[in-house]
Amino acid sequence: MEIGVLALQGAFIEHEMMLEKLGVSVREIRQKKDLDSQLDGLIIPGGESTVMGKLLVDLDLVDSLNEKIGKGLPAFGTCAGLILLAKEVDGKPGLLGTMNISAKRNAYGRQSGSFVATEVFAYKRSVLMTFIRAPYIESVDHSVEILARVDGNIVAARENNILVTAFHPELDGDTFVHEYFLDIVKKYIESQKNEA
Amino acid sequence: MSNERNELNKQLAQMLKGGVIMDVTTPEQAKIAQAAGACAVMALERIPADIRSAGGVSRMSDPAMIKSIQDAVTIPVMAKCRIGHFMEAKVLEAIDIDYIDESEVLSPADDKYHIDKNGFSTPFVCGARDLGEALRRVAEGATMIRTKGEPGTGDVVQAVRHMRLINSQIRLVQNMRKDELFEAAKEFQVPLDLLCFVHANGKLPVVNFAAGGIATPADAALMMHLGAQGVFVGSGIFKSGNPQKRAEAIVNAVTNYQDARLVAELSTDLGEAMVGINEDEIKIIMEQRGL
Repeated sequence: MEIGVLALQGAFIEHEMMLEKLGVSVREIRQKKDLDSQLDGLIIPGGESTVMGKLLVDLDLVDSLNEKIGKGLPAFGTCAGLILLAKEVDGKPGLLGTMNISAKRNAYGRQSGSFVATEVFAYKRSVLMTFIRAPYIESVDHSVEILARVDGNIVAARENNILVTAFHPELDGDTFVHEYFLDIVKKYIESQKNEA
Repeated sequence: MSNERNELNKQLAQMLKGGVIMDVTTPEQAKIAQAAGACAVMALERIPADIRSAGGVSRMSDPAMIKSIQDAVTIPVMAKCRIGHFMEAKVLEAIDIDYIDESEVLSPADDKYHIDKNGFSTPFVCGARDLGEALRRVAEGATMIRTKGEPGTGDVVQAVRHMRLINSQIRLVQNMRKDELFEAAKEFQVPLDLLCFVHANGKLPVVNFAAGGIATPADAALMMHLGAQGVFVGSGIFKSGNPQKRAEAIVNAVTNYQDARLVAELSTDLGEAMVGINEDEIKIIMEQRGL
């Protein structure tokens, strides 16, 4: 199993450390050529969504990523990653736009609004959720499963192969959400084998 | 400041990693910076090169000017206060700034004491020339460090010197025997627990950016190779011939600093770089402010 971590800007090393803790190989994606050989999953980390969006365009990565995710490649976006994957952001089209959700950027305001909460994730168990100048999900299509809410706002969701969280599971040492993503990846690998 | 707030503030700096923080003086410049891929902007009335040439006392910017920049962009907005001027810091906190830079670029308000940053919920970034300065600022509550460099010169030599020194001192501490740390804490004039963190982890307890004199994509890539986790560009962008193009090129160079061929492309046809002043030609040495 090899997971790509988009390493253009932001907290990508933190995701890599979580994956290494779980014994998974990691490939940093900085340019188009990094996508040449096969990947089993992709993580889009937290950071500044405008920066990553700009670099995705400059480095001509948008179409390649969309094609892969469209074909079923498991993708996991945290915070800025959620914004990039959302179909709609603050009423405008999202950059990758592969997931049928509508996101609100900086939904909790500036840094003074950043906070920590503990809520149940995916009806399984409570996890610590760190929100840094975070977005939340304003609305979702029927095809989207809501995985967590904080104060009534949607902060984690899944649509088929795409998982997003408004919080940062890579920051708190708990690998639970990453393990949930790796389950999606494992099923994807199995389905690929069956097709072959 | 609660532990939780301290963690959140360190974590915001983690989100800025691999990015470029740009000095801006107007909402128009802030928009250009954001469109070019800045991960945050530093709102200030005069960029360091102009502070240097204007002389006189340099202070916190007008809150109205900072607010106009907050309204213009969605990325984090930082602003500078004078070293030791906790009242300027409180003003910046009151206008909900995302990060305060207690900065040697402005005239120091206190030649002995830095701000007790632990008393604030707003995060602080501070400059450092060596490991001792860096850990003293962290002890005072800074949740992000940057090299001091020599701002407003376009000369990268001091930023290089500071980044190399901090990282070589980290390696030195990392390789010490545990029983040598007590003496080392005295020599570095830092709290023992912070030095123990460096010994165990081989890095600062907070994110460390490069700042001061960075003017080209190659400068930025150089600093990333030397261990910077991102860069501040002050005068280098809006004192150059084509700010937008240069800003974009520096952002791209920070992401792909390991690819010299790409940095070569990015360095092509950027127009004139800021003129720059050499280290031995300047009268005010900002790096010696606040040790």
